[in-house]
Amino acid sequence: MAFDYDKYLRPGKLPHIWCPGCGHGIVMKGMIRAIDTLGLKKENTAIVSGIGCASRLPGYMDCCTLHTAHGRAAAFATGVKMARPEMTVLLVGGDGDGTAIGGNHFIHACRRNIDMTYIIMNNNIYGMTGGQFSPCTPTGAKASTTPYGNPDPAFDVAKLAIGAGATFVARGTAYHANQIDKLITEAIQHKGFSVVEILDDCPTTYGRRNKFKSVIEMMNRLKDIAVPVKAAEKMTPEQLQGKVLTGILYKEDKPEYCEQYAKVIERAQGGAK
Amino acid sequence: MAKKVAFLQGNEAAAHGALYAGCRFFAGYPITPSTEVAEVLSNELPKVGGKFIQMEDEIAAMAAVIGGALGGAKTLTATSGPGLSLKQELIGYACIAEIPCVIYNVMRGGPSTGMPTGPSQSDIMCARWGTHGDHATIALLPASVQECFEMTVQAFNLAEKYRLPVFVMPDEIVGHMRERIEFPEPGEMEVLDRIKPTVPPEQYKPYDTQFGDVPPLASFGSGYKFHVTGLNKLPDGFPTTKADYVQAEEERQIRKVMADVDNIVDFEEYLLDDAEIVVVAFGSTSRSARFAVNEARKQGIKVGMFRIKTVWPFPDKQIKALAGKVKAFITPEMNLGMCTIEVERCAEGKAPVLGIFRVDGEPINPGQILDKMKEVK
Repeated sequence: MAFDYDKYLRPGKLPHIWCPGCGHGIVMKGMIRAIDTLGLKKENTAIVSGIGCASRLPGYMDCCTLHTAHGRAAAFATGVKMARPEMTVLLVGGDGDGTAIGGNHFIHACRRNIDMTYIIMNNNIYGMTGGQFSPCTPTGAKASTTPYGNPDPAFDVAKLAIGAGATFVARGTAYHANQIDKLITEAIQHKGFSVVEILDDCPTTYGRRNKFKSVIEMMNRLKDIAVPVKAAEKMTPEQLQGKVLTGILYKEDKPEYCEQYAKVIERAQGGAK
Repeated sequence: MAKKVAFLQGNEAAAHGALYAGCRFFAGYPITPSTEVAEVLSNELPKVGGKFIQMEDEIAAMAAVIGGALGGAKTLTATSGPGLSLKQELIGYACIAEIPCVIYNVMRGGPSTGMPTGPSQSDIMCARWGTHGDHATIALLPASVQECFEMTVQAFNLAEKYRLPVFVMPDEIVGHMRERIEFPEPGEMEVLDRIKPTVPPEQYKPYDTQFGDVPPLASFGSGYKFHVTGLNKLPDGFPTTKADYVQAEEERQIRKVMADVDNIVDFEEYLLDDAEIVVVAFGSTSRSARFAVNEARKQGIKVGMFRIKTVWPFPDKQIKALAGKVKAFITPEMNLGMCTIEVERCAEGKAPVLGIFRVDGEPINPGQILDKMKEVK
């Protein structure tokens, strides 16, 4: 029997805003399968986003959904989680939202290790505003604001998350659709701040400017560059040139923020400092 | 039984007022001259099972406060000028999404870093118009340590009642001075909670105006599923660009406050019955004004004070009524005329408005006000 996505989607809110060939819908379906696998209650699941194409995702999901301001999802979500530690809190957004205007909130959510799962859809561009370069646009790539090629180096989102203290970091791609729900499931199960970067594509504002002839060509690129971490162990640096590691990149058990704060409350109420 | 008393700073009193009002979540960022609020609440909130978090920046603090409020908590942030500038983005969010929360803003010199430890009253317009777009504002101006406590309680009540962010704005003098404070007993001051939905979750709409201009607000995690956005939205919380609807919603969000203005605007009338000159003052400046009025009375000058306690909404009706009766208004303020503009607007040319403005980090002293009274013909 086919999987029933409708159970988790708000009636009457489709069609979505995403263009044909966009990977965000694939990510949303992966997220739904993860929620279903874990048996999460919709009314006990908060999905928080910033601004941008990817950040429109919460509107389609039949949960407690919070579409905030540009870049601010992690900060709003921290407030929700502190007030309702029993809720499952998921963050979604794009690369510009999360690593430029929201970069400070992102690294500090990682550092606190607060139990939330952040799904970053990295399509290397600001899509909603028409294709300006983001901190994740590759050097040399064309965007509406890099007509001569992008002079900026790009962030590695996963390394950024690990460096900032996230205790679960994974990467997948929109091509490897069947892996997405598994990564998100593990991320949600992990106690602490989890980051799942999903590489996807914006054919409309990135593909056309960068000489991709079709969505299929962009999808094939994702297929070609992805190397599972296990497979990479057997590869030489030369073989790994231009490749991107996928799967669970980092996992560590560290004290979680809400639990740490519960201890603060215990100490305060016990009169000890 | 004797009341519990203490010798406290305005900022400390405000923190205790927040606890009295049922605040159980504070998010902030260190900034002079408001940091004492964070320090007190970091100590006191966990004792009552509440939460304190120091965020990575002022914007994040405002965001966390909104998120916490959606989780059902009464939430507070504290800041000062530069922080207030940074928070504006999300103050607008709280306005349009109609999320109750309180912003305690201690006024210091500006613009920009200005004079971090100097007093000022120059955030009046920043509170009113700092965020972009049309919106209603409620802002309270305490003039004593006691009022820092009481107005913080009142601010929570107003935020909960009208579903919007409410400002408490002492100037730095009021925030940092120490005075005797009497704590109200539990139950002595009214404490209001937001109206929760009574409809079952499947029927709930977060902006359903069939329940009036202030729709009930459910909490995340309480069994209700709903959508919140900073976009213009329909009653169910989902975005819309329908012209008629957007216009009506914007107007409702202002009407919910302005239609009840008489219940919101608070003020003090001091020796106004026979006054020919009225000093319109607020915050620490009103303390100099009271002294000046008392001195002037001894000299036979018929003068009184209208003390602004709620600056937004502005006490239009009261100032307009006085304008027909008095020879002049005197408006001392530690800025270059922010409230004076409002008094002039309300005076409608019926009485001159004589401003006394200081932005040098020094308080306005009674002598300056007394001198101005003598200029009135």
